[in-house]
Amino acid sequence: MYDFELVKPTTVEEAVAALSGDEAQPLGGGQTLIPTMKQRLAMPGTLVSTSGIASMKGVSASGGVLTVGGATTHGTVAAEAASSYPALAALAGGIGDPAVRNRGTVGGSLANNDPAACYPAGLLGSGGVVVTNTREIAADDFFQGMFTTALEEGELITAVKFNIPEKAAYAKFAQPASRFPLTAAFVAKTSDGVRVAITGASEEGVFRWTEAEEALSSNFSADAVDGLSVDADGMIGDIHGTPAYRAHLVKVMTKRAVTAAG
Amino acid sequence: MPTVSMTVNGKPTTAEAEGRTLLVEFLRGPLGLTGTHVGCDTSQCGACVVHVNGEAVKACTMFAAEAEGADVQTIEGMANADGSLGVIQQAFQDHHGLQCGFCTPGMVMSAAALLKENPKPTETEIRDYLEGNICRCTGYHNIVKAIMAASGQDVTAIAAE
Repeated sequence: MYDFELVKPTTVEEAVAALSGDEAQPLGGGQTLIPTMKQRLAMPGTLVSTSGIASMKGVSASGGVLTVGGATTHGTVAAEAASSYPALAALAGGIGDPAVRNRGTVGGSLANNDPAACYPAGLLGSGGVVVTNTREIAADDFFQGMFTTALEEGELITAVKFNIPEKAAYAKFAQPASRFPLTAAFVAKTSDGVRVAITGASEEGVFRWTEAEEALSSNFSADAVDGLSVDADGMIGDIHGTPAYRAHLVKVMTKRAVTAAG
Repeated sequence: MPTVSMTVNGKPTTAEAEGRTLLVEFLRGPLGLTGTHVGCDTSQCGACVVHVNGEAVKACTMFAAEAEGADVQTIEGMANADGSLGVIQQAFQDHHGLQCGFCTPGMVMSAAALLKENPKPTETEIRDYLEGNICRCTGYHNIVKAIMAASGQDVTAIAAE
């Protein structure tokens, strides 16, 4: 990979200062970024590691909100959110494999916004906000298409706040080699209605399936989405599945998530 | 070149490393600990699994400088103090948990991480935990059997399918 300078700040302020440099980029757990750099698809001049910033780590729940530090690993979320938000803990505990979960971070996953990543579905499905060094960005405004987010240059995700629903579940149809979702659905039922977030399917990245949300808000059962159909237009097609196949999976995984949520 | 210091298998070590030096390169190069293997170099295969501060990580997907000050354990640190095989290593030998042996260092390190958090795992739990460790020889049956045996469980009922 190309050479770069690795900086290891211990506070958000130091990190933000380092990120203002030319070609600087944050480094979470590096589970996506490092393989990308090995392929020379990314060539940052400076990598600003978040792993030494204590204030960006940890999981806490209060007032119906789960707050996760941006540099918190998937493994920590899987363990520490298990009692307060089990559906999100299960999502985190199903990412990659144990060694990947010990490094990969929630902030890194959300900032990357891979169209098949798990966390974007968890955040968009839960509703909540992305907290950065400068502002709070609502989940509905954060994701702006494949690998694109509302983050500005040099902006750092310091924490993520998930609204804890009455019940929720994540159903993932895993691509067996990569363990990314071929398509997955995160369904959350709150007093305001139901949210359904789909990842792995659309060329635009994670999205809310609003027709299913409406149907499920009046009848929270898997049967409620039976009559709906998903347009294959704009769905991802690759060697693992056609757009029509993924459109079908959207419905199947949503039903499975509803059933799992109970 | 900047230097990186960490404790590896109980020994304090310091060596030069660039920012881009991977932990696995640091271990295999300047430290000469070639037991940790590089299989895929894309964080898929798990041959490079080591423990950093007690947690299993893929050493090909972590920069050496990120392990500054950390306590690192590699396959070289898994034998008993007298040089005899550790419990997990011995179980791999007893149950033929390896053929070519290339994946074995990562398998043993993942197994050790599993048994630390779950001392009596079920067969399903072992298979789930080994999601990120690929073996192209054994078909996994004897690896699973070895890990169950290492955890002190009876493995006679596990068929060698």
